[in-house]
Amino acid sequence: MTINVAMTVNGKAVSGKVEARTLLVQFLREHLGLTGTHVGCDTSQCGACVVHLDGKSIKSCTILAVQAEGGKVTTIEGLAESADKLHPMQEAFRENHALQCGFCTPGMVMSAIDMVKRNNYQLDEATVRRELEGNLCRCTGYHNIVKAILAAAPAMKAAGV
Amino acid sequence: MTAETGIGARVKRKEDQRFLTGTGRYVDDLPLARATYAYFLRSPHAHAKIKSIDTAAAKAMPGVVEIFTGADTAAAKMGGLICGWVVKDKHGQPHKAPPHPVMAADTVRYVGDPVAMVIANSAAEARDAAEAIKVDYDVKPANVDLSKALAKGTPEVHAEAPGNLIYDWEIGVKADVDAAFAKAAHVTKLDIVNNRLIPNAMEPRAAAAEYDKGTGNYTLWSTSQNPHVLRLILSAFVLGIPEHKLRVVAPDVGGGFGSKIFCYNEETMVTWAAAKVGRPIKWTAERAESFMTDAHGRDHITHAELALDKDNKFLAMKVETIANMGAYLSTFSTAVPTYLYATLLAGQYTTPLIYANVKAAVTHTAPVDAYRGAGRPEATFVVESLVSAAAKELKVDPAELRRKNFIPPEAFPYQTPVALQYDSGNYPPIIDEAMKIADYKGFESRRAEAKSRGKLRGIGFSSYIEACGLAPSQVIGQLGGGVGQWEAAQIKFNPTGNVQVLTGSHSHGQSHETTFAQIVSDKLGVPIENIEVVHGDTATTPFGMGTYGSRSLAVGGSAIMKAADKVIAKGKKIAAHLMEASVADVVFENGTFKVAGTDKAVPLGQAVFAAYVPHNYPLQELEPGMDENAFYDPANFVYPAGTQICEVEIDPDTGATEIVNFTAVDDFGNVINPMIVEGQVHGGITQGVGQALLECAVYDKDTGQLLSGSFNDYAMPRADDVPSFKTGYKVTPCPHNPLGVKGCGEAGAIAAPAAVMNAIHDAVAPIGVKHVPMPATPQTVWQAIHGGK
Repeated sequence: MTINVAMTVNGKAVSGKVEARTLLVQFLREHLGLTGTHVGCDTSQCGACVVHLDGKSIKSCTILAVQAEGGKVTTIEGLAESADKLHPMQEAFRENHALQCGFCTPGMVMSAIDMVKRNNYQLDEATVRRELEGNLCRCTGYHNIVKAILAAAPAMKAAGV
Repeated sequence: MTAETGIGARVKRKEDQRFLTGTGRYVDDLPLARATYAYFLRSPHAHAKIKSIDTAAAKAMPGVVEIFTGADTAAAKMGGLICGWVVKDKHGQPHKAPPHPVMAADTVRYVGDPVAMVIANSAAEARDAAEAIKVDYDVKPANVDLSKALAKGTPEVHAEAPGNLIYDWEIGVKADVDAAFAKAAHVTKLDIVNNRLIPNAMEPRAAAAEYDKGTGNYTLWSTSQNPHVLRLILSAFVLGIPEHKLRVVAPDVGGGFGSKIFCYNEETMVTWAAAKVGRPIKWTAERAESFMTDAHGRDHITHAELALDKDNKFLAMKVETIANMGAYLSTFSTAVPTYLYATLLAGQYTTPLIYANVKAAVTHTAPVDAYRGAGRPEATFVVESLVSAAAKELKVDPAELRRKNFIPPEAFPYQTPVALQYDSGNYPPIIDEAMKIADYKGFESRRAEAKSRGKLRGIGFSSYIEACGLAPSQVIGQLGGGVGQWEAAQIKFNPTGNVQVLTGSHSHGQSHETTFAQIVSDKLGVPIENIEVVHGDTATTPFGMGTYGSRSLAVGGSAIMKAADKVIAKGKKIAAHLMEASVADVVFENGTFKVAGTDKAVPLGQAVFAAYVPHNYPLQELEPGMDENAFYDPANFVYPAGTQICEVEIDPDTGATEIVNFTAVDDFGNVINPMIVEGQVHGGITQGVGQALLECAVYDKDTGQLLSGSFNDYAMPRADDVPSFKTGYKVTPCPHNPLGVKGCGEAGAIAAPAAVMNAIHDAVAPIGVKHVPMPATPQTVWQAIHGGK
């Protein structure tokens, strides 16, 4: 059975005909070619697939594309204003060497942005570590990811994002 | 310019922009026109005969293109997967080498062994069709428990390996060691289980292949740490596709940790089948498949003893280990518990006599091979557990006992009793620095304070040595390794002066694109933004051995240095011609050729331009162009060393262990980019903490079912399982490579398990608990404290 879906992704109206069982991440990767969002597990634990749906971080491997019908989706590709002007969270990840192989990075960045906003730009190390529970990284040992998120929080506030 | 981007600078990574903007290109991201998708039907049994496979119903399912089974690969006379390292047993006989069919034909030997490959128009259709394949299995008893694998009556995995024994190997002279033990004032004995781990790089393994009928060329995109080696194995041993007709590309790869070194069933089948179906094929492992089929790591059972004299000097060590190989011998599996393990048992110490006996056993479990550290974490765990246990038994300070037995700095180069000759090192300042950073002096007051809160606080040391930078080819050959272990580099200038640096090593998180560019920028004075490091494609990069064993900088970086020297040598000749000077008078400084004592100068870019537009150029004696190759075969391994200090707090009511402080001081020789090196250390430590506290691959001992087969069941370290780390450096440059570098990729994972477990044992010692096994989960610790009540 195929179903039509329509949503806004990174500010653009998109639509497609998908099998009913198509996950949002499959729609993003396979139909829209937005391969920045990754799949790292089958059990909704690694967080490599995190995107924003209507401003909140969600695991795009755990909802169907049709559940995002009419929604506003932001992926890692839609974050930076331009190649020269990254989102403060992306910039903080670069400044603090918070990524190595890069595979978990898109999900980490998307989760981290939501984390900063949910905590009203006020974070401490223990909170960051606790709230990263849904994102796995095998390379960095989290040390620099935590540093990056703590650095990004005031930068996001100052930038008004 | 180069001061900010050269050797020693904390240069921000060149690769970050694409990874941060979602424009990295991993295997699964590749758009391939008319692609089909593969799904592998796998054995649900640890050991069974395949009586029949019926694919008829599956072939009729929607979207199915083709289905292959072991009967097809047998008919095609496909070679089996190989083990590339021949270990000779204690009688000089080569190890038992049972065949490893790419697709199981008549017998399945572990849960996950592939029995059918379904190719369909979509991944979902391939998976649906696989469910319609009927396999009739005759289930047999399985050999799962390593402690019983070599016992009489245990089911055999292979007829070619009687009694499940692959080899019985030894190093050292047992009689000498026994004699030393007879004279010992004290003997410390330990029984150790080094827990089995699943590497779990965040990107699952993936392969995509296409076949060009017009040229007969195959292209395989694979999540490989060593695309050239993969091509060599596929060509020479498995598929018989000539090397020049097979291109292997390892694009962005999302972590490896060893698990992506090896040649696997799936990439082999995808390559072979692409020609059969005439369309590209893509395959990406689901995480459950990664758990089941990525080569696992560690899995040793060891009895170890350390003999000390009355002055607490180490007299001798003996070690008996059974190592699990899994169901088949993976690519480098045989070397891991022998040459990468027992040769490290001297650690940082002067122990004069060492004997180790290693028996490798096959079991009905996934293949076991190199995982971050590969043998060296197992050795370090044995040595450092023994030393800390001895200190406890003798009631001496663990740091003092270590210091007393360290190889003194004046003893280098130091010949150990287990084959290796350490080239350089200075261990006392490392432990001093670590103790300072960790505030070792203040520990007892912190322990007392914790006690007042009802918590058990402990501190643990781990002083590791590592032999990495694999390695001199001739030594590897003498030890049975089937390949050379040099590395290749090419520095290719373009006429406009920018540079491509091509390397045979591969980055899957290690940051070669930045580190290697720093080396070239520093050496040649080229701005770093004008340097592109190219890796991972057999069609464009020189044949190289890839990335594992912390070898990329020490070996691959050295090859780049050699190529840069050739650029300078050629540039000098061009510049001498342009300046009408003698080559002997030309010097190269900060990117410019100069004639000493004059104001004559030719920037490198001008010499390069002259080489490509050779109008005023010494063509009689010099070829045009600026494109230099180098191969570097190291004189020795490199020997990074360090001390980690871990401090834990245990809640005796719950058994939960919290790491409250973690310090690592390392000697990696010269450091090219401290930011990157620290990142490697952080990640390594966290994997080591994972082994100590969280991770364990568990099979049901009767059925061989993998019980820890998902992130629900296998505890990966999360951000709140580890603290922020304190790191420091001491530097003794490597004396035999041009950069003076050692390796940093594995150190954290090598040392950390012992540091954590020694801290735990220190914490529980005051209440009389002597042994806590790994992983020290809350349940395990609670049972150790409360006697399993």
